[in-house]
Amino acid sequence: MGVMRGRVGISPSFQSREQGQRHLHSESRTAASVLIIEDEPEIRRVLRTTLTQHGYHPHEASTGQEGLAQAAARNPDLILLYLGLPDVDGLEVIRKMRKWATIPMIVLSARGQEAVKVAALDAGADDYVTKPFGIDELLARIRVVLRHAARRPDSTGKEPVLTIGALRVDLEQRHVRLSGKEVRLTPIEYKLLAVLIRHAGKVLTYRQLLKEVWGPLHAHEAHYVRVYMQHLRNKLEANPAHPRYLTTELGVGYRLKTE
Amino acid sequence: MTDRRPNPEELLKRAQEEEARQARGKLKIFFGATAGVGKTYAMLEAAHEQQNDGVDVVVGWVETHKRTETEALLKGLEILPPRLVDYQRATLREFDLDAALARRPQLILMDELAHTNAPGSRHPKRWQDVVELLNAGIHVYTTVNVQHLESLNDVVTQITGVRIGETVPDSIMEQADDVELIDLPPDDLLQRLREGKVYVPEQAQQAIENFFRKGNLIALREMALRRTAERVDQQMEVYRRDHAVQRTWPAAETVMVCVNMKPRGPRLVRAARRMAADLHAKWLAVYVQTPRHLRLTDADRARVNQTLRLAEELGAETATLTGEKVAQEILAYARSRNVTKIIVGKPIRARWKEWVFGSVVAELVRNSGEIDVYVITGEAGESRRLITPALARTNRWPAYGFATAGVVACTAVAWLMAPFFDIANLIMVYLLGIVIIATRYGRGPSILASFLSVAAFDFFFVSPRFTFDVAAVQYLLTFSVMLIVSLVISGFTVRARQQAELARGNERRTALLYALSRDLATQRGLENVVRVALQHVTEIFSGQVAAFIVDAAGHLELRHEPHRRFEFDSKESGIVQWVFDHGERAGAGTNTLPGASALYLPLIGMKGPIGVLAIRHAQKGQLLDPDQIHLLEMLTNQTALALGRTLLAAEAQQAHVLAETERTRNAILSAVSHDLRTPLATITGAAGSLLDGQKALSDSARRELARAIVDEAGRLDRLVKNLLEMMRLEAGASRLKKEWHPLDEIVGSTLGRLEGRLGNRTIETRFAPNLPMVRVDGVLMEQVLLNLFDNALKYAPPSTAIELSASVSDHNMLVEIADRGPGIPPGDEEKIFDKFYRADPTREGGVGLGLTICRGIIDAHGGRIWAENRTGGGALFRFALPLEEHPPQVEPERTDA
Repeated sequence: MGVMRGRVGISPSFQSREQGQRHLHSESRTAASVLIIEDEPEIRRVLRTTLTQHGYHPHEASTGQEGLAQAAARNPDLILLYLGLPDVDGLEVIRKMRKWATIPMIVLSARGQEAVKVAALDAGADDYVTKPFGIDELLARIRVVLRHAARRPDSTGKEPVLTIGALRVDLEQRHVRLSGKEVRLTPIEYKLLAVLIRHAGKVLTYRQLLKEVWGPLHAHEAHYVRVYMQHLRNKLEANPAHPRYLTTELGVGYRLKTE
Repeated sequence: MTDRRPNPEELLKRAQEEEARQARGKLKIFFGATAGVGKTYAMLEAAHEQQNDGVDVVVGWVETHKRTETEALLKGLEILPPRLVDYQRATLREFDLDAALARRPQLILMDELAHTNAPGSRHPKRWQDVVELLNAGIHVYTTVNVQHLESLNDVVTQITGVRIGETVPDSIMEQADDVELIDLPPDDLLQRLREGKVYVPEQAQQAIENFFRKGNLIALREMALRRTAERVDQQMEVYRRDHAVQRTWPAAETVMVCVNMKPRGPRLVRAARRMAADLHAKWLAVYVQTPRHLRLTDADRARVNQTLRLAEELGAETATLTGEKVAQEILAYARSRNVTKIIVGKPIRARWKEWVFGSVVAELVRNSGEIDVYVITGEAGESRRLITPALARTNRWPAYGFATAGVVACTAVAWLMAPFFDIANLIMVYLLGIVIIATRYGRGPSILASFLSVAAFDFFFVSPRFTFDVAAVQYLLTFSVMLIVSLVISGFTVRARQQAELARGNERRTALLYALSRDLATQRGLENVVRVALQHVTEIFSGQVAAFIVDAAGHLELRHEPHRRFEFDSKESGIVQWVFDHGERAGAGTNTLPGASALYLPLIGMKGPIGVLAIRHAQKGQLLDPDQIHLLEMLTNQTALALGRTLLAAEAQQAHVLAETERTRNAILSAVSHDLRTPLATITGAAGSLLDGQKALSDSARRELARAIVDEAGRLDRLVKNLLEMMRLEAGASRLKKEWHPLDEIVGSTLGRLEGRLGNRTIETRFAPNLPMVRVDGVLMEQVLLNLFDNALKYAPPSTAIELSASVSDHNMLVEIADRGPGIPPGDEEKIFDKFYRADPTREGGVGLGLTICRGIIDAHGGRIWAENRTGGGALFRFALPLEEHPPQVEPERTDA
C-alpha cells in the first residue's frame, strides 16, 4: 500500500521516529496538513478557520472510523483527535493508528479527565490540550509536535547546546549553567533534565519519565519523579514555587516550557 | 347485674370481624355423615346455580369416584388442570394452588377438605390450601364428613373402630360462613351402596362389612346432625348478641386442660375442646415444666409440644408454666385466668407410688376450691413409657467411683473410732458420708453409697463381725433409715440442682434477649442491624442463619452472616416469598411446607412485614425444640422492631435528602439563570458587534470586544467547572486519587494556571523549610488552591499582594492564604462555605460554590478548612491536612554532574 510510504512500524511516541520524507515540513511551514477528528461541527469550524489562517492545510473527519480512513488516505502531518468520539473510543483510535503510523497526534480532551489524558499519552499520543483551549495554546502545541517530528533521530546530538532564558545546557559537555553560573546536578537530576530537553515543549507522563530515567523497574513510583523535579526546580528556577520552565501538569506529568 | 348490651369496644370488634370477613372469601361447607350421602353432587348443583347467576366458577378439585351422575354434573364447569407430582415412581394428581390463585375465580370448588396433599406440596393439608384461597378473597365450596372433624375424631374411632388419619381442625368449620348438611337416611345410603352408586361393586361389599354397618351409619348421622344443630345454636347466639336480645348471659366459663408428655394428651385436648364448645367457653391448655422436664427424652418433649400445638389448632390458648409443684402451679395459673373448669387425665400410676409421692390429681381436687376438676380416663391398653432417667450427662462413672471411695473412707474413720465409741455413733459417720455424696454426686451414686455403707457397716461393725449375718433385728431398722435418708437427701439435692438448671436456662434466655436488644439499640443502618441480629441468632442456634430483607423495589434480598454462608436453595425462594406475604412461619418443623430444608420466620415490623429470617439446623433434618422456637420468636420480634426502626429512620433520611436536593436544584436553576446568562450576554453582544461593524470599528475597539469575549468565556468556563465539580462531589463520584506530592509543586501548578489573570498582582509564597510531602489528590488540591486564589483575586484590591504560606503544625500540614480585601462579614465565617452563599450578591462573580467545593475536597481528605479575618484587614483562609502517614523515602544521591 502506497499510503504507508516506509513509515510502517511501531514506535513509542517519544522515542525517535523513523523518518522518511518527514522533514519536508519543518518550521519552514510548507502548508503542513492537519487532520481534525472531532464530532462537534462548531469546533471543527473554528479549528478549520484558525488553522487555515495560520498556514496549515486542514482535513476533517467527524467519526473515529472516518478519521482512521482519512489518516490512511491522506497521510496528514498531524492529527488533532477528540477523545470523546461518538462511535469509537478515542484511545482505541490512537492504538489502531499507532499500529501502522507514527503521525504526530494531539489529543483534545474534556476537563477533569487526567486519567484519560495519561492513558492517551501512554498509548502514543504526543500531547494534549484541554477543552476549552486557547488558540495560542493549541498553535504552540502544534508547532512543538511538528518540530519534534521533523527532527532526525540523531539530531539531538547535533544541537549540543540549548538555551532557555537564563538556563544554558550543554548536552555534549554535560554542563548546566544558570545565568552563567555552573549548577551541579546529580546523575539522576541530569538525566531527568536531559530527557525533558529532548522532548522540550512536550508533556511527559510520570510513566514515560520513570521509564526513561530509572528504567522499567521503577515504573509505578511517581513520587520519585516529583522529588527529583523538586530538586531540579530548586536548583534551576528563580522561584521554584512558581516555575517558568519546569512546569507541572498535575495528574498528568511535566513539561519543559521553551516559549 | 347491668344490662349486657354490647359496649362500644365490642361493637368495634364485631365491625372489624365483619370487615375481615368481607375481604376474605366466603366458605361454604357441604357437610355429611359419611361418604356417599351426595355432598359432591349437592356442591356441583349449587355451583351450576351460581354459574347461571353469572358467578365465575372454577372446579379446583372434584373427586367423582366415577359416579356417573356426579360426572354428568361436571359438564359445563371449568376444571382447573391438576398439578402432577412425582412421588415414589408414581405420578400423583394434585390440586394446583398457584394456578388457582393466578386464575382468581370468584368461586372455587374444593372437594374433600380433609385430604392430605402429596409430599412436597406447599401445605400438607388441603384445608390449608382452602384457607389461603379464602385469604386471597376467593369464595370456596368444599365438602367434609363428620368423622374428619378433629374434635370428633376420637368418638368416631370409638364407635366405628376405624381410626381416621385425615382430620380437619374444628376452627375451619367454625369459620365457615355457611354449612349445608347433606343428609341421607342410613337405609337409603345402604341402598345406594348396594346399587354401586358410591363405590364400585367389589369395594362396596367390603365397605358395607366394615365401615358402613347400619349401627355406624346411625351414630355418624346423629353426630353430623348434632354438630350442625350446635352450629345453628351458635348462629342464634350471634344473632342474639348482635341484636342485644335480653336474656340471662351465662357467666363466662373458662376451661383449662392440663397436659403432660403422656400419649393420651391429644385425647384430653379434644375432650376439653368439646366441653369448651358446648359451654361456648374459651379454653386454655397448659403444661407444667418441672425440673423433671430436663430429663425428658426428645420424643417426650416433642409429644408435649405436639399436644400443645394441637390445642392451639383447636383454638386453645396455650401456656407453659415452670415450677416444682405441679398442682400448685396449675391452680395459681387457673385462678389468675379465672378458670372455672380444670380437666386432667386420670392418674395411671401404681397406688403405692401415689401413696409415697402424692398425687397431682388428689392435690388439685383438694385445693381447687370453687374450680371444678374433671378427671378423664386414659386410653385403655396404652403402654406406658418409662422415663429414661439419664439427663444426658457425660461420663458418670467417676461419680460412682468417688461414692465408693467415700464409703471406704467412712469405713476407715469408723474403724479408727470403733474402739472408743458406741456402735450407734459409727452410723453417724456413714450418714455424714452419704449426705456429702448425695449433695455432690446426685441420686445414683448416693444410693450406691447407702447400699455400700449398709454392707460395710454390717460387715465390719455389726456382730458377728466380718460376716454379713445380722444378729440383732434392731440393725435392720438402722439399715432402712440409712437407705431412706440417702434417698431423701439425694432427692432434694437433685431437685435443687435441676431447679437451678431450669433457672439458669431462663436466665440465659433473658440474658440473650437483653444482649441482643442492647446490641441492636446501638446499631445504625440496616446492614449493621441485620449483621448483629444474625450474629446473635447464629451464636444461639448452631446452624446456618440468613435474613431476607425487602428492598425499595419490594424484592427480598438475601443477607447472610459473612463467615457462615447460608446455602440457599433457590427452590425455596417461593417459601420465603410466601412467608413474607402471609406473615406466617413456614418450612421445617411447621405445618406449611415441612419438607423444606430450613425454618423461615417472618420479620414483622410496625408497618408490616420487613423480611424473613431463615434458620437451618446444623444437623440436617433436625428440628428446633419448642423452647428454641419460643426463644427464636422473641429474637425475631426484637430484630423486626429494630429493623422497623431503622427503615423508618432511613425513610426520614430519604425525605430529608429529597428536600435538600430540591433546594439545591432550585439554587442551581437560579444560578444558571442569572450567573450564566450574564457572561453569555456579554459574549453575544461583543461577538454581534464584531460581526456587524467590521468596518466601523477601530482596531482597538475590536481588540477590546475580543478581549471581553475571551474573559467572559473564561468566567463562564470557571462557573461551569465549579458546578460540575460540585455535582461530582455531591454524587460521591470524586474518588480521591491520593499520591505523594510536594506541596510547592501543587502551588506551582496552580500559579501556572492563574497566569494571565493575575495582572499586576503578586502572589507571595512562603514554605517552611523541609516541608514533608503530603498524600493528596493533586488535581483536587489544585482546585482548592485555585478557588481560594480566585476568591482572593475577586475581593482584594489590585495593588495588594496575596500571600500563601505552608507549615507543619501538630501533625498537620497547615496552609494559609491571606488577602487584603474587605474581609468576611462578621458572623459569616462559617456561612461562606455554604452552597450558593455569596458574601456580596451585588458583586459580579461566581455562583457561590467555590468555597463549598474547597470544603468538600478538604473534608474528603480528612482535613479542615476555615476562614477568619486578618488583623490589619483582609480575609485569611486556612486549611489543615492530616499528616498521619510517613512520607516515602527517596534515597539521596551524591552530587556529581
